[in-house]
Amino acid sequence: MSEHMSRLARPVAALAAAALVGSLAACSGSDDKSANVPGVTDTTITVGTHQPLTGPAAAGYASISPATKAYFDYVNDNGGVYGRKITYKVEDDGYNPANTQTVVRKLVLQDKVFAILNGLGTPTHTGVLDFLKTNKVPDLFVASGSRNWNQPEKYPTTFGFQSDYTTETKVQATYVKQNLPNAKVCFLGQDDDFGTDALAGWKAILGDDAIIEAETYVTSNTNIAPAIGKFKAAGCDVVGLATIPGFTALAVGTAARLKYAPQFISTSVGADYPTVAGALGDAAPLLEGMLGTNYLPTIDDTDNPWIKQFKEINDKYNGGAPFTGNVVYGMSVGYLFVQALIENGKDLTRESIVETIKKGDLTGPGLMPSRYSEDDHTGYGGAQMAKVSGGKQLYFGPVYTTTDAKDSKVEEYTDDPTVPEKDTIPTK
Amino acid sequence: MQFFRTHTLARHAALAVIALVALVLLTYALPSFRNFQLATVGAYLCATAGLTVLIGQTGQLSLGHGALMATGAYSFALMANQLGENGSTGFLLVIVPLLVAIVVAAIVGGLIGLAGARLAGPYLAGLTLALIIAIPTITTTWDGTLGGDQGLSVYVEPAPASLGASFPLEQWQAWIACAAAVLVMFLLANLVHSRFGRAMRAVRDDEVAARLCGIAVGRTKVVAFIVSAATAGLGGGILAMQTQSVSPGAYSLSFSLFLVMGVVVGGVGHLAGAVWGSLLLVALPDLTSSLLDHVDFSASAASKLDGNLALLIFGLVLIFVIVTAPRGLQGLVDVIRGKVRRTPGGQALATVPSTTTAHPQSTESSDV
Repeated sequence: MSEHMSRLARPVAALAAAALVGSLAACSGSDDKSANVPGVTDTTITVGTHQPLTGPAAAGYASISPATKAYFDYVNDNGGVYGRKITYKVEDDGYNPANTQTVVRKLVLQDKVFAILNGLGTPTHTGVLDFLKTNKVPDLFVASGSRNWNQPEKYPTTFGFQSDYTTETKVQATYVKQNLPNAKVCFLGQDDDFGTDALAGWKAILGDDAIIEAETYVTSNTNIAPAIGKFKAAGCDVVGLATIPGFTALAVGTAARLKYAPQFISTSVGADYPTVAGALGDAAPLLEGMLGTNYLPTIDDTDNPWIKQFKEINDKYNGGAPFTGNVVYGMSVGYLFVQALIENGKDLTRESIVETIKKGDLTGPGLMPSRYSEDDHTGYGGAQMAKVSGGKQLYFGPVYTTTDAKDSKVEEYTDDPTVPEKDTIPTK
Repeated sequence: MQFFRTHTLARHAALAVIALVALVLLTYALPSFRNFQLATVGAYLCATAGLTVLIGQTGQLSLGHGALMATGAYSFALMANQLGENGSTGFLLVIVPLLVAIVVAAIVGGLIGLAGARLAGPYLAGLTLALIIAIPTITTTWDGTLGGDQGLSVYVEPAPASLGASFPLEQWQAWIACAAAVLVMFLLANLVHSRFGRAMRAVRDDEVAARLCGIAVGRTKVVAFIVSAATAGLGGGILAMQTQSVSPGAYSLSFSLFLVMGVVVGGVGHLAGAVWGSLLLVALPDLTSSLLDHVDFSASAASKLDGNLALLIFGLVLIFVIVTAPRGLQGLVDVIRGKVRRTPGGQALATVPSTTTAHPQSTESSDV
């Protein structure tokens, strides 16, 4: 009898004790509601990001967040922003949307970051938009050219960074229309908004029926030979790529294996020469002649003031990591964020940083201005063609600006490019 | 107390109510991210509890329970989005999709179970394995509906207004997840103690002998599979709700294997072991990532370890548990409790999860 009494009584007592402790803790915690802004103190600003440090997109992209961090370290060593040092918390999500859910919640709810900066990936970041909106977290400079980030009414705190994929492919299609007027065009895109948006740009310029074969791939399946085989059978001269670097390499390599040599034109996210060449290894010469678009200075333009200074920071604060387009990208994000913080002034809140960005005064290292405004949350608004030649990737032709709208014109941009401010730290 | 000893149902009901009250109180003490993790534990527990009954009580090894969770998660997502579009609000948006998740997963489980009842051992494992590998292909083939690799966003409402405007969504969802997990534990504990539970164990131990006793072997196996599929579907539905999204990457092969590992580490066949297993599945990746935060690795070493270290540690824990406690953590707890019981001062060692333990062997002997 007593044996069974204790069998039930013991757990009840334990649970009651646990509940008591729990409610006590709840009471003591509830009056800690100071007016402080999450992630901001007099001496620090903490921001977080989710990045593919492992998994299918790690090739190339894994070097972005260390570069951003290196730039922040450089700024911190020079006194920080209004006396605040920037802490950058990087969480690995393996390019898996399910992991993104968890790590972003950890950053926001547990680490109490001020903002999510440069969260990487279309499929990954799409899943946390609602969460970030609900918690009113600034969601700045998303590392993807999807048009999803430009929904100011639905997601008022989310801002893009890159030229969107539609803008990039509209510039590519314009090049093809002018220089290869009789070319047959095929298209390989990722099976998500990335591929869809990029295809929309091609169709906007060349017409809905102009793309002879449009195929998609999924990152979980590395066999893209069927798609490339179709392009070859269709006799396409030009293949547009909306691919991550690993799949750009696969596309180029697979085509060579099938003895098929079209003119590849890749969007910026999959066109970085050192990254794709690294993935191809000995077959890197296959990239010779590959075209791409971008909106940031290229590493091979060694006289460019941005490149010079970013390289110095990379050597000093990033352990001399290989200097690729991804490093430039990461530092550009860092520069743009610091520029936003400085424009914002010393009184920093989650609301104020959003208002600051919407003013549209941010430039960063882009080849053309950013488009931020009250009702436009996309980032840079154009692209320039670049070609791989002799192992270097150099820009040619005019810088174009346009928007993701189907009927908006692709126009030449003739203003002088921006130059970094003194010491590569923005000032007000 | 004599009443609780003889009335299993009343005992389980009392424990379930106590556990639920304690968990709800606990959510007030936890910060939001811990509540999110608690909800994840609840979702995993729904699946591991069903899986431990399936493996431990009927001897059917399923390596593809993640697929059944995915079935539940996608069903939840499609139903919730449909209801959201039609303007449904409130609790309806939680209950109806969860029921749909359970029913669809149970139907899929029934189909697999029908095939599986004719297969034994590694062949059933192979069948379920094929299922989990097919998921990404299925989602990309019907990407118009299922969203391909990117998956679907799930329409989720904030916590009910009656709880107050600033009531954290995470806490509300932790309540739902805990309620579901407690309900699953309650139902499964009763099932294990019932006539059907004895039939499952008879089938597991010797199919011929079971048949001679008049037990319908095939039906018992199929029903057990349906039950565990339904609980996995519920777990998947809750996971979809709390992460507001569903994607094939969440239900990979390794996730399915993790579920089995959680069951094995906890103690195959023990419902309380399922609690240990689901706790470990959530806690280990978190512990390893906070470990990485505190130890100063070089950037390249850290990026190699991130994401992989959790796997490594899980493997080591699995080996350690199997070597030192072949009956799992719950077996270890039972051993310690058994020893402690003989000493007068042992009451302090009572642990919360062990109160919900189904003791198939011990209670069976007292029932018979």
